[in-house]
Amino acid sequence: MRWPAFLLVAVAIGALVFGGLRLAANEYYFFAGYVVLQYVVLATAWNILGGYAGYVNFGSAAFFAAGAYSTVALHKFFPLPVPALIAIGGVVAGIVGFGTGYLTLRLRGVFFAIATLALAVVLQTLIINWDYVGGSRGAYLLRPNEFPFIGSYVQYLFLSMLVLAIVAVVAARAIERSWLGFGLSAIRDDELAAEASGVPTLRLKLVATTVSGAFMGMAGAPFPYIVGYLDPASTFNLAYAVNAIAMPMIGGTTTWVGPVIGAVLLGVIQQVTTVTISSAVNLLIVGLVLVGFVIIAPKGIVGLARTWFPRKEP
Amino acid sequence: MAEPLLQVEKVGKRFGGFVALEGVDLSVAKGERLGLIGPNGSGKSTLVNCICGTLTNEMGTVRFQGEQMDGLPAYRRTRLGLARSFQLPRPFVSLSVAENLRIPLIYTVQARGTVHGEGEVESRCAELLRLVGLQDKARAFPADLTQVDMRKLELARAMAAEPKLLIADESMAGLSRSEIEDILKLLKQLNEHGVTIILIEHIMSAVMSFSQRLVVLVSGRKIADGDPTAVVRDPEVVRAYLGQ
Repeated sequence: MRWPAFLLVAVAIGALVFGGLRLAANEYYFFAGYVVLQYVVLATAWNILGGYAGYVNFGSAAFFAAGAYSTVALHKFFPLPVPALIAIGGVVAGIVGFGTGYLTLRLRGVFFAIATLALAVVLQTLIINWDYVGGSRGAYLLRPNEFPFIGSYVQYLFLSMLVLAIVAVVAARAIERSWLGFGLSAIRDDELAAEASGVPTLRLKLVATTVSGAFMGMAGAPFPYIVGYLDPASTFNLAYAVNAIAMPMIGGTTTWVGPVIGAVLLGVIQQVTTVTISSAVNLLIVGLVLVGFVIIAPKGIVGLARTWFPRKEP
Repeated sequence: MAEPLLQVEKVGKRFGGFVALEGVDLSVAKGERLGLIGPNGSGKSTLVNCICGTLTNEMGTVRFQGEQMDGLPAYRRTRLGLARSFQLPRPFVSLSVAENLRIPLIYTVQARGTVHGEGEVESRCAELLRLVGLQDKARAFPADLTQVDMRKLELARAMAAEPKLLIADESMAGLSRSEIEDILKLLKQLNEHGVTIILIEHIMSAVMSFSQRLVVLVSGRKIADGDPTAVVRDPEVVRAYLGQ
């Protein structure tokens, strides 16, 4: 399927989801759906670097927070519409991604992972000491109750995140099938051999880190509006980094569909347990599911499906 | 005399306190078939790595077509026409055999602008597979290949970059007599089409039948360079190989 056709299918599915939730007429579904979609974007973004190029990023929360805090900083300065905030969050986090990539991409494997973890700590320390965005006290944001034509503002935020998720998935799929994704697979398999075959490894990895970081920042940009209160402890929460890794792992890292499956599956389970049991169980569930998958299906659900239903060679 | 294709001058490389290469000079003329031998650990692969940019040499310079290579990343050197195969095959394991060849075709040959469009890449890929006898395994994955096919793939991937200078690093280890003959024939064919070749090999019969000139490295230093039959009789070379 070419990408315009894929985009149409994705938009159709998105429209069905939105229409279905409208029929359910329960505001909470939109909030829960927003969180799941936010994880679809985070997982898809993580996978562009982690799945395609094989560079494990433990600092997803830092990119997410870069987007969220750009919104807070701008909100105090001059309120902008949500799509503009998403774009700006993406640019800010993309720059953070490029910078981090430039400094750390010469490191491989576990050293790169540690460097991204360090980035999250450094950025969190900066935010805690930056009074303008609330420092460690956090910042309150008042969002409007209504949005024209759509109704409630939560529904509007949901719709924004839905559009972003579609864009992210279409972009990830396009990257996967392009010369860029092809080169990233070569880097994942053997970086020295890739370089010897003419692949400009550093440049490709920088592109991947920038795009991946930008999408994470975009996922974080509307976050202050949906929760209404932003503080460093919750924005740099371990849950974002863990989920961004666990969801693609569970779904399967080599294709765009893996992170989507993983994010929807884990995201929904987490939302259901938050309501029925307790929100503290969330990370425990992620941990258990991840351990289970590492043992049963190390290549994720996509890998499992491929062993059960091998694709016929044309 | 025309300018050599490859000129290595006083190249040195250390790993901590261990001197892997010391003041190695080497010049290779265009169209030449050069054999490079030496005992294990003598620095052959390190020299290849320094020439191709996989490692950076701390001392000396490498010139290719008169251009200084020092500081150029490996992928740039490959695009300029310097390709190598690895001693231990390093295939892209998640890509099929055909896709393995597409990487250099897209990233080197297409980037150079000598090949255009999907169709041409496709036909070059098929041609290369036929050349090394892997046409039936185009869709297989490296994990399913035999050791022999893996070496063929490694060599084919280096050839796919359409190099001016091809460095084959022990591409025949573990192969049978007839397979060695096949690969030698292939390399000679390439050479007849104008590709300069450096062959690093332990199998002496192969080196002797292939090389026009032989270079011997021992403990990171070049101890002999010249006509193959004369070089193997050189007392210093004999001593290095057999001891005293």
